Amino acid sequence: MNLAIRTTATLPADLVTVAGERAVCDPRGVLYFPELALLAVSDLHLEKGSSLARRGALIPPYDTAATLARLQAVIVDYAPRIVISLGDSFHDGEGASRLHDEFRERLETLISGRDWFWIAGNHDPDAPADLPGETVRELAIASLVFRHEPSKGQAAGEVAGHLHPCARIVQRGRSVRRRCFAGDGARMIMPAFGAYTGSLNVLDRAYSGLFNRESLVAYMMGKDRIFALPGAMLRAG
Amino acid sequence: MFQFSLGLAARSRYLWRVTAKPRPTDDSAEIRLPEPFVRWFAAKGWAPRAHQMELLARAQAGQSVLLIAPTGAGKTLAGFLPTLTELAERPKRRPGEGHRGIHTLYISPLKALAVDIERNLGKPVEEIGLPVTIETRTGDTPAHKRQRQKLVPPDILLTTPEQLALLIAASDARRFFEDLRYVIFDELHSLVTSKRGHLLALGLARLRSFVPDLRAIGLSATVAEPDELRRWLVGQSSSNVTPTPDPSPQGGGKSCGGVSGKNFQAVLLAEEAETSPSSLRGGVRGGGSAQPIQPMAGLITVAGGAKPEISILDSRERVPWAGHSARYAIPEIYEAIRQHKTTLLFVNTRSQAELLFQELWRANEDALPIALHHGSLDVGQRRRVEKAMADNALRAIVATSTLDLGIDWGDVDLVVHVGAPKGASRLAQRIGRANHRMDEPSKAVLIPANRFEVLECRAALDANYIGAQDTPPLLEGALDVLAQHILGTACAAPFDADFLYEEVTSAAPYAGLDRPTFDRVVDFVATGGYALKSYERYARIRKTKEGLWRVTHPRIAQQYRLNIGTIVEMPELNVRYVRQGKVTGYGGRVLGKVEEYFAETLRPGDNFLFAGKVLRFEGIRENECVVSSGGGKTQIIVPSYAGGKFPLSTYLADQVRAMLADPDRWHTLPEQVEDWLRLQKEKSVLPKRGDLLVETFPRADRHYMVAYPFEGRLAHQTLGMLLTRRLERANARPLGFVATDYSLAVWGLDDMGALFAAGKPTLGALFDEDMLGDDLEAWLNDSWMLKRMFRTCAVIAGLIEKRFPGQEKTGRQVTVSADLIYDVLRSHEPDHILMQATRADAAAGLLDVSRLADMLSRIRGRIVHKRLDRISPLAVPVMLEIGKESVNGEANETLLMEAADLVEEAMGAGLAGGSE
Repeated sequence: MNLAIRTTATLPADLVTVAGERAVCDPRGVLYFPELALLAVSDLHLEKGSSLARRGALIPPYDTAATLARLQAVIVDYAPRIVISLGDSFHDGEGASRLHDEFRERLETLISGRDWFWIAGNHDPDAPADLPGETVRELAIASLVFRHEPSKGQAAGEVAGHLHPCARIVQRGRSVRRRCFAGDGARMIMPAFGAYTGSLNVLDRAYSGLFNRESLVAYMMGKDRIFALPGAMLRAG
Repeated sequence: MFQFSLGLAARSRYLWRVTAKPRPTDDSAEIRLPEPFVRWFAAKGWAPRAHQMELLARAQAGQSVLLIAPTGAGKTLAGFLPTLTELAERPKRRPGEGHRGIHTLYISPLKALAVDIERNLGKPVEEIGLPVTIETRTGDTPAHKRQRQKLVPPDILLTTPEQLALLIAASDARRFFEDLRYVIFDELHSLVTSKRGHLLALGLARLRSFVPDLRAIGLSATVAEPDELRRWLVGQSSSNVTPTPDPSPQGGGKSCGGVSGKNFQAVLLAEEAETSPSSLRGGVRGGGSAQPIQPMAGLITVAGGAKPEISILDSRERVPWAGHSARYAIPEIYEAIRQHKTTLLFVNTRSQAELLFQELWRANEDALPIALHHGSLDVGQRRRVEKAMADNALRAIVATSTLDLGIDWGDVDLVVHVGAPKGASRLAQRIGRANHRMDEPSKAVLIPANRFEVLECRAALDANYIGAQDTPPLLEGALDVLAQHILGTACAAPFDADFLYEEVTSAAPYAGLDRPTFDRVVDFVATGGYALKSYERYARIRKTKEGLWRVTHPRIAQQYRLNIGTIVEMPELNVRYVRQGKVTGYGGRVLGKVEEYFAETLRPGDNFLFAGKVLRFEGIRENECVVSSGGGKTQIIVPSYAGGKFPLSTYLADQVRAMLADPDRWHTLPEQVEDWLRLQKEKSVLPKRGDLLVETFPRADRHYMVAYPFEGRLAHQTLGMLLTRRLERANARPLGFVATDYSLAVWGLDDMGALFAAGKPTLGALFDEDMLGDDLEAWLNDSWMLKRMFRTCAVIAGLIEKRFPGQEKTGRQVTVSADLIYDVLRSHEPDHILMQATRADAAAGLLDVSRLADMLSRIRGRIVHKRLDRISPLAVPVMLEIGKESVNGEANETLLMEAADLVEEAMGAGLAGGSE
């Protein structure tokens, strides 16, 4: 009966289920499975700034610092036993080798003492250079399967990233667009976590066939809470 | 001899037109026109005007000149006369001799204007038999023609500021411009007020360093501070200042009034600190002067032609308290259209244009040809309207700004300005440009949309009568523009930072730029200028062993060329017209563009007003907003546009305050407005000219505070933001505010009147200037406005690339949005040069901070508090605005919460399968 249980202990967040597994949609953009002590995060796109700088766009080199600081905060809050980074953890194949020593150390500290999985993504198909953790193509735990790109058609228990979902509503003549978790109870597609990651509307054709449209919910990320909005309220574009 | 005029607006059809009877002139006797000109004039029965000969004399003496003249005074010919006479006497090119470079560069803000000049300069050049080639170079010029222009340059090149930036960034720039003698800036007053003007000023500085004795000629409408434009035209570095006597043949302080007929005189002003950029006088230091001398171009002012006949509509109807539609006056406007040949109707915004057009057609019983023209309409559509107008096929045209409009305005015999003009000079320019017969008065009617606008129209009319000008002061050169220019300079050839700094500070907008800031901008161009020096290896420009900054990769120059310019549009979608229900598939006519954020608020089936049609929104397809024929719905939405809203000028604001304070002047106002002010005097108080009136009163279950600073909507919005923060801190529990051009209302739960009376806080403390410190800073950092300005700065500075049409929205995943960059930069390096540029832009632009600061200092100790038990007559207009304004950008969370709560309330449990 609980539409939205707000866990007052940490931050208010929404409790959802993915193929029967209970999970918390955290407004900071991570998914936490309390029974499994498992934290999933997707599309970190670390070193995106330097990746673009190589091609002449000198955007501020602080994205890795910003992304890691936010990641550290959620890991400290949940103290998960397992962390799964759902792919595109680095913006390109050499991203990990460009990592500043300071950030490498910070990442190593986060990894140590827990099971850390790097799921291979399209941006980073190979294991990140000189970093601990295990690199896998996909990972099955309990009734869940973690992979980077959502597989075609409906797939119960799949937790994926890649698409960078966002949702848009119009209220009082104004359009509000936010990153979101997109789920229909069977599958969950996670928002991109990286500081420089853009997003794609869940109503875009790239998502067609992935969800049961009647039960699609966009868990839109607010400043300090999640706003759960049914598919019927969402706007394209 | 005879006179002729080359009117700006009349160029297309009346290129050389006799305006008065022949009359001998002696002042210009010393200046000789070359023989072919004299013969040609004689054949036509014409003669040059005094200011044209005067400009020729000064240019020949090596001087740069600013010519201020009204429309129809032959400004353009004056500008080209030095060029044409010089080219006429140039020796023929010998066989085997290389091609000569560009002799004269003409720069106009409008592509269309350049094309028009080419057509109209060509004819006399041919008739006189001058061996002169004239060509345009705009964004539309085909590549093969550009290529050829590089190999065989024309004598006169007509172009735009963006094209100049491209030309000077080319590797052959120095050679291409080595023969340049003159550069002519048309419509200089409109070029200099924007970042476009900053880029152009830097381009001019570049040209001057290619050709030190280059002469610049500026053509301008009347402005408040001509000296700003005079400085803009010449180099500002102190090393080439020469305080010589006036080099004009007539000497200083002379007037040649009356030479060219009544209502028309050229006044030659005394010039104290004249520069002489010619090599003859160059290099001589202005010795001994303690004050730094700011060099200026010479000035020739031609007093206006016939004064326009302006009146304010004294309506039979009731003038509304608030609003901007002027709907009440439609029958009277329509009647005026019927009584005139061609009426030009100006409005302030595109939304108002759409509304007025719709209303006029509703009233159009005679089916008169009435057209619509604004900047968002499809270009083809605009050109058709302009052509119909030139052919005198239209009876009326509803338009936004003069610059949106093409060149030839047909026989306009009435200008109607709907809504207040917001500035005296704006009004004068709009009316002036509509009239191209400078010896005949133009006729204009002002239609105030509400009662305050009546006061404002009256003030503008009085200002026009006395010739008062309130063009905005020029701003300091923007740093994002400088970054673009520095990269462009490096794209042309490696540069020395010391030389470039000298050159940049010779451009008037950058004369005050300090060296450390300049170096930071160079650093930004090279590696992004971040405190974290991690991009050294990706540098775009790098210092060579010889100490020159050089582009690291040819790709950098290619990227630069694609992103040149300072006009950054809001993301827009094409409006494509299809059959109903036919969202997919292709084809259909493009009607114009709407801003993306507007299209995003529409739902399929919604009706909205655009291009004079009621359209039905079908959906968004890639970068297009697909529509079909609408109608039948009662609710029709009018798109809003971000730009185009000008705040009330400081001058007019002061005049309005003066009028309020002086009952003797009220008799010039319509009776209903006079009654309104009289009632205010009885029930509350009318503030003295320098005072700030603050009224407090209860209404329903709220308490209100209304202040009347008359400082324009932007400054009032900023003030509203800051006041509510302060009232919140004083526990007055404010709930919201609304701002108009004239006043500001704040409402809350507590009786603010009682709080002020008890000194908790005092009004003096509430309105203290210190609000512009920390409060402003704190609010600004979170403001959506700052994000919007950052995007513009980032694009201009070359940090992110322009978004081109055709780039699909799915690209969002890949590109990094300016908002995300802003967030990261703000938390990691808030003092970055680009953040600094953004804040400067915001303070000068959307926030109008300097005006707010002036106001706060003006009203110190002069606040009049009036506690009332009910709303006052003067407060009605702003109170009517409450609830009309949409929630601003910061309320997004609230909107989300509303939507989510709505869902919870309606659906209760079991919203979705995903929840327990």
